Amino acid sequence: MLKINNLHASVEDKSILKGINLEVKAGEVHAIMGPNGSGKSTLASVIAGKEEYEVTDGNILLDNEDIEDLAAEERAHKGVFLSFQYPVEIPGVSVTNFMKTAINQTRKAKGLEDMPAKEMLQLIREKSELLEIDRKFLSRSLNEGFSGGEKKRNEIFQMAMLEPKLAILDETDSGLDIDALRIVANGVNKLKSKDNAVIVITHYQRLLDYIVPDFVHVLYNGKIVKSGGKELAHELEEKGYDWIKEEEDAKNN
Amino acid sequence: MSKYTEDDLREELKTKEYEYGFFTDIESETFPIGLNEDIVRAISKKKDEPEWMTEWRLEAFKVWKTMKEPDWANVNYKKPDFQAIAYYSAPVAVDPNKTLDDVDPDLLAMYKKLGISVDEQKKMNNVAMDIVVDSVSVATTFKKTLSEKGIIFMSISEAIKEHPELVRKYIGSIVPTTDNFYAALNSAVFSDGSFCYIPKGVRCPMELSTYFRINQGGTGQFERTLLIADEGSYVSYLEGCTAPSRDENQLHAAVVELIAMDDAEIKYSTVQNWYPGSAEGKGGVYNFVTKRGLCEKNAKISWTQVETGSAVTWKYPSCILKGDNSVGEFYSIAVTNNYQQADTGTKMIHLGKNTKSTIISKGISAGKSHNSYRGLVQIGSRADNARNFSQCDSLLMGNECGAHTFPYIEAKNKTAQIEHEATTSKIGEDQIFYCNQRGIDTEKAIALIVNGFSKDVLNKLPMEFAVEAQKLLEISLEGSVG
Repeated sequence: MLKINNLHASVEDKSILKGINLEVKAGEVHAIMGPNGSGKSTLASVIAGKEEYEVTDGNILLDNEDIEDLAAEERAHKGVFLSFQYPVEIPGVSVTNFMKTAINQTRKAKGLEDMPAKEMLQLIREKSELLEIDRKFLSRSLNEGFSGGEKKRNEIFQMAMLEPKLAILDETDSGLDIDALRIVANGVNKLKSKDNAVIVITHYQRLLDYIVPDFVHVLYNGKIVKSGGKELAHELEEKGYDWIKEEEDAKNN
Repeated sequence: MSKYTEDDLREELKTKEYEYGFFTDIESETFPIGLNEDIVRAISKKKDEPEWMTEWRLEAFKVWKTMKEPDWANVNYKKPDFQAIAYYSAPVAVDPNKTLDDVDPDLLAMYKKLGISVDEQKKMNNVAMDIVVDSVSVATTFKKTLSEKGIIFMSISEAIKEHPELVRKYIGSIVPTTDNFYAALNSAVFSDGSFCYIPKGVRCPMELSTYFRINQGGTGQFERTLLIADEGSYVSYLEGCTAPSRDENQLHAAVVELIAMDDAEIKYSTVQNWYPGSAEGKGGVYNFVTKRGLCEKNAKISWTQVETGSAVTWKYPSCILKGDNSVGEFYSIAVTNNYQQADTGTKMIHLGKNTKSTIISKGISAGKSHNSYRGLVQIGSRADNARNFSQCDSLLMGNECGAHTFPYIEAKNKTAQIEHEATTSKIGEDQIFYCNQRGIDTEKAIALIVNGFSKDVLNKLPMEFAVEAQKLLEISLEGSVG
């Protein structure tokens, strides 16, 4: 589904990704871990198509199509979803209105009519129950005055509404207490199928107890320096990242 | 929110240019340029006005000659040459005894282009309409339905002839000829406008609406609106404006006077979309307007305005809260893009006891434009327990525009309660990217953010107008974020 080849990317001439190779197949869950500043969020933004990031070498294929020239919204229409680490506020725009616009814009791009109101309401009801969201919450302005946990839960609610092919969860666990973490992870697990894939970006192993990855990759200094199964996450939890840094730095010297 | 936003808006987005910028080639009678006593007399004569009206105009002209154009507003422009403007222009085909069937088919085609089909208006929208092209009122619909309730809704020229006692009593009573430079000019040369009277205890069964259009080049438009709501009555009034795209600056100087007698309520909504000038700042309408309403006991006046057009706007719809317990409201969205300048706001003059006013102003600036809110809250010495709440929010797009707030407060009574809140925010790249990531393109994202920002005011507009206003916001801000 997603194939990343030798990806190099920079922002304001500062090189951040330095040759990423990654293949994600339908039905798989991949975790990307790594110390601060290793390029995890940059990788997420580059896949999603944030303009400030410039791809200087390599490519990203989605279903064998190079997506470099696609705008962020076109990638979204093709089923790429990013759960933001810091979701932004949009005052005066309700969660419902925002979702309605997003869904209908996506449908429009596919040549479909707007979703009928009845269907929309049903979808909202279903997905808000899945994530144990009080529906009053949905008429509030998007992310305005939301607690950290509410913001993250709202991200996963949007994911549930949009049913993406490839979901990238960027530090979705940060700011969540244990109950919220369970609800969010639960939601993600229920949405998982053999046709879609999830990339979980996280610092800690904690979330991976709930969303169990098939593969774990360690990102350091703009490269994937280690890949393994879920046991790698446990190892990192125990030993921290220093041994990886040392190994890598030794290689480079 | 209903369905209107998505699809038809996308269609609108395809037209990048000012979409009302066409000129309709209708045969017009235009007076020679320049202004002097003879022109004032000629306008009055042309309109077959009674002597008192001619005298009133001449008096205003005399005052105007002694006045200076105000320069305190936060706007910069080349002062118009008042001797280079034609003060009267009228489509020739207008017959004073017109009915809709008599209206020039070219004119009707023009309304269609503007999105107003007069026929349809008649049938479905429950909106009675007066249309003013250049200087003359060309069609007033629904007259009969209204007259059964005793409501008078006609052009002011007709009213001067048919209801001289009302016009003579109230014209200039709220905005006197001496009020300011543009009001004096308007009083001398106004060529038409709307007149409305709602009798005691009558609730006007439909929205009343006036549509203004400047068509001819080199002319000014000076319309005058007088609206009287008698005791215990209610009326909701809408006005809309457009003009062709021209390289020269066109002058529009209107006066609107509202009178809300005891227990009456007037809602006055405006969607102003005069030609804003080109993206390089060439041409556009100078919109210098005086709007003011008087509230007697327990009366209420609400001004709602969506200002997206004009090169320069100078406008302060105000309320004089004379009667005890009277209420004044001002809800405003002002959008400036490219080189547009707006200095707009309100005056709330509290004279009676327990008077209450609310001001909500939303300014949106893009391009190299400047957008100022200027407001006065004045509490008189006898206005016990007067209350005001003001909120002024500014939204900036890009780094080259400006937002300014000039709130003035004068309280002469210790029991007054005045609150003022102000915020300034910027549409961020992060907000846009967030929307993009959810499948919403940038134009749509801006529209969504701007509509969210303006929601408190959009909600105050009658439904049909809210739709038009949302579209306008979207169109006015096209291309404003890269």
